[in-house]
Amino acid sequence: MRGLRKLTLVEAKLFLREPAAAFFTLLFPLVMLFIFGSIYGNEPTDYFDGHGAVDASVPAYIAMIIATVGLLSITINIAVYRENGILRRYRATPMRPQAILSASVLVNFVMTLLGGLLLILAARVVYGLRFEGDAVGVLVAFLLSALSFFALGFVIASVSPTARVAQVLGMVLFYPMLFLSGATIPLQELPEWLRRFSEFLPLTHVVTLLQGLWFGEPFGDHLKEVAVLAAVLVVGVVVTAKTFRWE
Amino acid sequence: METAILVEGLRKVYGEVVAVDGISFEVQRGEIFGMVGPNGAGKTTTIECIEGLRRPDGGTVTALGLDPQRDGYELRERIGVQLQESALPNRIKVWEAVDMFASFYRRSVDWEPLLERLGLADKRDAVFAKLSGGQKQRLSIALALINDPELVFLDELTTGLDPQARRAMWQLVLDIREQGKTVFLTTHFMEEAERLCDRVAIVDAGRIVALDSPENLVRSLGAEKRVVFSVERDFDEDYLRAVPGVTRVERSGERVTVYGQGERLVGGVVNALETGGVPFRDLRTEQPTLEDVFLALTGKQIRG
Repeated sequence: MRGLRKLTLVEAKLFLREPAAAFFTLLFPLVMLFIFGSIYGNEPTDYFDGHGAVDASVPAYIAMIIATVGLLSITINIAVYRENGILRRYRATPMRPQAILSASVLVNFVMTLLGGLLLILAARVVYGLRFEGDAVGVLVAFLLSALSFFALGFVIASVSPTARVAQVLGMVLFYPMLFLSGATIPLQELPEWLRRFSEFLPLTHVVTLLQGLWFGEPFGDHLKEVAVLAAVLVVGVVVTAKTFRWE
Repeated sequence: METAILVEGLRKVYGEVVAVDGISFEVQRGEIFGMVGPNGAGKTTTIECIEGLRRPDGGTVTALGLDPQRDGYELRERIGVQLQESALPNRIKVWEAVDMFASFYRRSVDWEPLLERLGLADKRDAVFAKLSGGQKQRLSIALALINDPELVFLDELTTGLDPQARRAMWQLVLDIREQGKTVFLTTHFMEEAERLCDRVAIVDAGRIVALDSPENLVRSLGAEKRVVFSVERDFDEDYLRAVPGVTRVERSGERVTVYGQGERLVGGVVNALETGGVPFRDLRTEQPTLEDVFLALTGKQIRG
């Protein structure tokens, strides 16, 4: 346990020392918030069914953070660690493989959570963010969403022969999702045919789930999203277990 | 003497390639045992089977009385490992790395004196990416010693280091043995094996082709010594051929090479030259080395 604690702590420091990871997880969502917050404000409008633009954007940006960490941070981190023999070095100690991987999941989860909390705090202080849902429900949905995207990241890292390929694959999945899932551009802006396509993007379900619960809709209205994300998680874990390589 | 490692009939196959093809040897506690051979000879695979990181396809391995497959975690508590081509995260600081690795083991030594001993004390706050090649290798030794292991594996320790850093590394290896630890190292530098190892296994294409002390290996070869010098003018080479032990004389311009055997070869050659009034300079002798042994046993240069 001492080893897991130290490894997690060191990995957390390393995450924060990596400028790209720290910026896109912790600061970029704030930049988005301030840009669009200063354009649209947070007055309730019919466009967002009586919610403010910031109220609708915060859960969507949280989805963006989840995708950033899952598809970019974890993917690149695991692939680089494998390519540089760092995983192999950890394996040559008495540390259990599950502890090594748990540390990575734990650190990335905490950073995702931190990114979300900073965003919520800033939106609350600057734009009077409103929350109409059940905090526990939102947290459970957040956990499910994060884990299923982390699993996707592990799959990409596992099937990529090199760190470079893993990075490109991660980006290829990340960018369409960023713009077509409702995470940055509201879904109602998309033409009908694109919306049908966006149904196939896992991140769309994260945005819909988090936004719905944020506005106080019951879990029962979002069983489809929960089912899709749970399926992604299960398939991701199974594929990772079958394809993961330490070197 | 107690046995530290016992390997019998070890075999490991990757797809079609037989990496290790029935290797057997025994390492005694307290010795420096070396495995030398070209890249791809099966050295690293052998080490990784002993460490429990790879499952052998055949044969048995025992290290410190443990089965590396069944008791791998227990074994890794008691061994120190320096891996070939392994790195640390770029932004990890030296002290963070040793401190973290110390936490991976039940038992560990204080890392501050360890860094001191390895000459890394003033680098404790430097990040891994900023270290020189030699500093990175010294850090990897620090990590291999952090749990005060009984048995230390050093895989291609000095590859990529300049000659000065390599010599400094040799002293560290001798120091490790001084502390009563057993050292298992691989190298493709014959000189390194000769300087450090009590016994050497020469491997080629997954097999051990010879195993003995470096001196015995060289002696068993019966290879000739060489006496090399330069002359300024022509002289009668038959003077030299008459010296006891001399087998042949070669001449290329000013340079003369006398081949032969026996303890008195050099004295005999020098005497003959002086008696014949032949002025010579830059005389030196060349002993046969493990490099010659390898060449003789496998028919190849070790770095081909």
